[in-house]
Amino acid sequence: MQRNYSNFEDPARARNLILEGARVVDPRLKLDAAVNLHVHDGILTVAPADVPADADVIDLRGHIITPGWFDLHVHLREPGREVAETVESGCQAAMNGGFTGVACMPNTDPPLDDVGRVQWVMEKAAKWPVDVSVIAAATRERAGKELVDMSELVEVGVRGFSDDGAPIRNTAVLRHAMEYANMLGARVFQHADDPDLSSGGAMNEGEWSTRLGLPGIPSVGETADVLRCILLAEYTGAAVHICHVSTKDSVQWIRWAKEHKLPVTAEVCPHHLFQTEESCKDFDTDYKMSPPLRTEADRMACLAGLVDGTLDAYCTDHAPHSWEVKMQEFDVAPFGVVGLETALGLAFTHLVPNVMDLAALLERTVYGPREILQQPIPQIANGAPANLTIIDPKAVWTVDPAKFRSRSRNSSFKGMTLKGSARGIVNRGFAVIKNGRSA
Amino acid sequence: MSLLAHKHMLGLVDYSEQEITMILDTAMRMKDILDRPVKKVPTLRGVTVVNLFFEASTRTRISFELAEKRLSADTLNFSASGSSLSKGETLLDTALNIEAMKIDVVVMRHKSPGSPHFLARHLDSVIVNAGDGTHEHPTQALLDMLTLREKFGTLKGLRVCLVGDISHSRVALSNIIGLKTMGANVTLCAPATLIPRDVQKFGVDITHNLDEAIQNCDALNILRIQLERQTAGLFPSLREYQKYFGLTRERLAKASSPLTILHPGPMNRGVEITSDVADSEHSVILQQVTNGVAVRMAVLYLLAGAQPQPA
Repeated sequence: MQRNYSNFEDPARARNLILEGARVVDPRLKLDAAVNLHVHDGILTVAPADVPADADVIDLRGHIITPGWFDLHVHLREPGREVAETVESGCQAAMNGGFTGVACMPNTDPPLDDVGRVQWVMEKAAKWPVDVSVIAAATRERAGKELVDMSELVEVGVRGFSDDGAPIRNTAVLRHAMEYANMLGARVFQHADDPDLSSGGAMNEGEWSTRLGLPGIPSVGETADVLRCILLAEYTGAAVHICHVSTKDSVQWIRWAKEHKLPVTAEVCPHHLFQTEESCKDFDTDYKMSPPLRTEADRMACLAGLVDGTLDAYCTDHAPHSWEVKMQEFDVAPFGVVGLETALGLAFTHLVPNVMDLAALLERTVYGPREILQQPIPQIANGAPANLTIIDPKAVWTVDPAKFRSRSRNSSFKGMTLKGSARGIVNRGFAVIKNGRSA
Repeated sequence: MSLLAHKHMLGLVDYSEQEITMILDTAMRMKDILDRPVKKVPTLRGVTVVNLFFEASTRTRISFELAEKRLSADTLNFSASGSSLSKGETLLDTALNIEAMKIDVVVMRHKSPGSPHFLARHLDSVIVNAGDGTHEHPTQALLDMLTLREKFGTLKGLRVCLVGDISHSRVALSNIIGLKTMGANVTLCAPATLIPRDVQKFGVDITHNLDEAIQNCDALNILRIQLERQTAGLFPSLREYQKYFGLTRERLAKASSPLTILHPGPMNRGVEITSDVADSEHSVILQQVTNGVAVRMAVLYLLAGAQPQPA
């Protein structure tokens, strides 16, 4: 009997599934070969000697299978802004984009600042084949004053704390959050920004903000806060993670910190790698994000940082907003752009193989993000849980936000032609594969 | 049908030297109408223009309204206070509803940069930007250029200095773009905190010394300084601003040749400009106001009223 693995709403169980003919790549296991994979009740057999007669076989010749990708920075919006995204729709967007794991940020309404709310999200996510790690708020109500109950939150699985959407502004609070989280084996994720410099800004401060008459967000505001984090990491020994790096100087200082063996990690988003402030020239609010799109020099520095490992993770800062709130004046509309469903295609269009090889990319999309959050590293090995991303590297497609699984459409890559797409994922005993009907 | 290469006037950034010249030449003809005993022509009869002013404005709104009436357009006025906007309606819905009443031209003033560009993507009407925040105010720049051209005969090679709050001005950018397009030399004179970042990429010179600027220009366009900029920490006091950047007769006397003084208004007399300068023989401030009506007539005519010549 044929089984349909294309159902995003009700993913099929991976009970007895053969993934046939793909190039299977797991760099840390030094695996790079065209082998079949057998997924039996969610557990892997690599290059099975026999194909079970009753197995569902999916022909994946020409495809690549890697350990499941992990997006270190997404906003699922639930609770509070379900019109833009829910845990369910966000997980479906992740599946559609080839991610088997995401870390969701706490700037919901109310914020995820206690065990009850965090567990509520975890329970909602549990039914989906996406590992959802919750980054809890670092301070109560994200108000930047009192630390949340970090120990309790770590007990339920939290490994990252952040007031993302805004920085922890008070340096003493930031220091104490870092120290306390570090004691618990967790780390602070800092949205690096100096609000005194950026407040009221709508786009990068520079030539284009001047041309467009829009209030600017100076790059030095981000870099100054990155330096503050680095100094605190050096002083306290506590780890800190810099979110969505966007400036040349931030990259340089993070590189300096790593050279000095400081516990500093960082991430970068596709829009900061592939777009610049010039994209704002038509006042289209789909190009309004925080941090903003910067200059070409910043973009190139971010690319170099991703390539040399200064930036540990390639993440999306998936920030869904409804059409209604984005369809406003540029300075009024909220910051944010969706990214889960375009990140993989962008990586294969712009990064691999010209800028970095596949193994290096997987360090930033599979291993690095999970190490920062101390999540189990998936392996493509006999007996391991199947946690896979299936990639069609030759598929040419045009980004059409109307086809997104996300509830929101605010993509800055709309209309762009990409080469390479996510064909599907396998995780938590489920398989979701587009056009995935067994032979 | 527009005689210009553009359907709208959203800013001067896309307008060529030829187009700006066409507007200024047309404005000169419109100015003749304003001098007639009967100051009205039927050019825009049957055309409905709505003045969407989401921000308070006196001279620009009246100037546009007068220009529309002089051309016999049907004119509607909208102001944000007491409108559906105060009930939470979006800008787009407000504009779509007004357009559904079958209007032809929207003249728009709004505090958000790019808001006319936003409406231009969603409305069929001709959009004329009457000032979008700190972005552009193209008809103001055109009337400034018309005034300078009347005085000097040409803009090519003219040395114009904009003095004051360049960063927060809705006048500066259109002036810079328009004057540069027309071949003028532009200098900006302001405290460093009121100069926008990377503005030199427009090909302008920057100085923080007004006395030096005065020595090297033919005309000064003085921009209004707002008290709230001081409270925001952008300069120490109005007194200090007046001392170093205010235009006084004594300072003006140091110029090597008589300078022409412009000000887009409203003026803070005694702050950025003293009354004896504002009211002096060198001032063309009231001429600017008159030219504003002529320029707006020209723009409306070229965008909405002119019929292209048969091929």
